[in-house]
Amino acid sequence: MDRRTFLTAGLGLGTLCVAGSVQAAWPKEAFEAQESNALIDMLTSSKLAPSDAITITAPDIAENGAVVPISVSTTLEDVTRISIVVEQNPLPLTSTYDLTADSVPYVSTRVKMLKTSNVVALVEAGGKSYSGVREVKVTIGGCGG
Amino acid sequence: MAGSMRVRAKEKNGIVTVKALITHPMETGLRKDEDGNIIPEHFIQEVTATVGDKVVFTANWGTGVSKNPYLSFKYKGSKGDIVTLSWTDNDGHSDSLEAEVK
Repeated sequence: MDRRTFLTAGLGLGTLCVAGSVQAAWPKEAFEAQESNALIDMLTSSKLAPSDAITITAPDIAENGAVVPISVSTTLEDVTRISIVVEQNPLPLTSTYDLTADSVPYVSTRVKMLKTSNVVALVEAGGKSYSGVREVKVTIGGCGG
Repeated sequence: MAGSMRVRAKEKNGIVTVKALITHPMETGLRKDEDGNIIPEHFIQEVTATVGDKVVFTANWGTGVSKNPYLSFKYKGSKGDIVTLSWTDNDGHSDSLEAEVK
């Protein structure tokens, strides 16, 4: 998808949300958002910039969508948060990770994927927002229902 | 919920890699049981890692994290650190475990 359309599409919904909620302990609104653009606005402090410094490690094809291993690492400095978004999931935000000065910007987990989707890694670094994207094809969806 | 976790922490070149496995259903609230009743959502919301009294890493999870979650992260630390991992879920259950960095 064209990044510009991607971003502008999110603006409408994003403005409805309270910007100040970003630093809350557990970002409830972002986890409940059904539209990935809306939650991306909630979790980013600046205009999202695509970055080659973000590496998403994931299978190209996941046979079982219930368990898809995803790792995110970055060479960006002063990283305060990493979020993993599966765009096509009913609730796209899978997880966010709060990093500290002692952290190394790396996280690895396993997520559910309903179907083939872009996996977006949002990285907050030095007060700016960056993103990395990787598509994962899913043969059998894993969100139940 | 004691005994729900397995944690391993290993140091190399000043970087500690922590790997954790937690036993938890991570129900989405979207699935139905055999009778067609919706199984209520039941998932871990927060996992924190502390070393001493310092929080080094926090994971905020939604229902999109797989059943029996796996988590790995890294921090700048040393051998002999005691890493405490604690989780809480949306029903108020919790568990924590200490692991010594090898």
